[in-house]
Amino acid sequence: MEFAPIFVYLVISLLLSLILIGVSFLFASSSSLAYPEKLSAYECGFDPFDDARSRFDIRFYLVSILFIIFDLEVTFLFPWAVSLNKIGLFGFWSMMVFLFILTIGFVYEWKKGALDWE
Amino acid sequence: MILFYVFVVLALVSGAMVIRAKNPVHSVLFLILVFCNTSGLLVLLGLDFFAMIFLVVYVGAIAVLFLFVVMMLHIRIEEIHENVLRYLPVGGIIGLIFLLEIFLMVDNDYIPILPTKLSATYLTYTVYAGKIHSWTNLETLGNLLYTTYFFLFLVSSLILLVALIGAIVLTMHKTTKVKRQDVFIQNAIDFQNTIKKVR
Repeated sequence: MEFAPIFVYLVISLLLSLILIGVSFLFASSSSLAYPEKLSAYECGFDPFDDARSRFDIRFYLVSILFIIFDLEVTFLFPWAVSLNKIGLFGFWSMMVFLFILTIGFVYEWKKGALDWE
Repeated sequence: MILFYVFVVLALVSGAMVIRAKNPVHSVLFLILVFCNTSGLLVLLGLDFFAMIFLVVYVGAIAVLFLFVVMMLHIRIEEIHENVLRYLPVGGIIGLIFLLEIFLMVDNDYIPILPTKLSATYLTYTVYAGKIHSWTNLETLGNLLYTTYFFLFLVSSLILLVALIGAIVLTMHKTTKVKRQDVFIQNAIDFQNTIKKVR
């Protein structure tokens, strides 16, 4: 089967991650040696000011959504590229129209400044 | 066959863990595990291209979106002591609807049969063994999507356009402090006026 290398890769990565976790369980200092100061959070010498999980800017979300859209566009390009010699000029131009419509969106995004960062 | 059960069991268990995990970030990570196992199932079904798309789109993009949503929600772990059964009626109804849809979909073919040029006017001897092509998913999809179903293809591009514009309109706020590079202005600055000697 042609996916056998991927399966071997999966098994090896699974084994490696299990070994890396298991070794730290085996050789880490036992809990009898750990005193409360050692277990407490350490942040550059200060006491931690706040919870690390704070809210952040919605721009990250926007960038991610824009990434998904162009990700899907590239996804549509794969079967087109494979079967370009069979679908003829019509298939070629339907893809060109598709790309043109998404390019309109890209120009809108660029001009609107959605890609700019403060 | 063993691989099938491994994928199924892992997908179901991690799907249950998505609901059960207290930390929302953990439940998103379990969701990623569900997606990975499902793409393994797709590979076992012979849908290799769809498995790749599943990984690229769902794990690469949608799971990241879920992570961002979870981080924007600003949930502290100590605060989650909600009643587990609170969402059971709504969730149960949605699950039942989904199950009903699945039973409607199974063994029904909703894609119309391709128009083929059938002509029964003459009958000739054909060797069908030579006519068997084995096409991959990618070739089949490419041959149909861009010609026969080009209308749906273009509609999907319009949907993507609407999603793009909607996302920008919803999340953009006016920013005036953006520092843009303008090459022409930068090059056209008079050097004599920018640096002054102050005594």
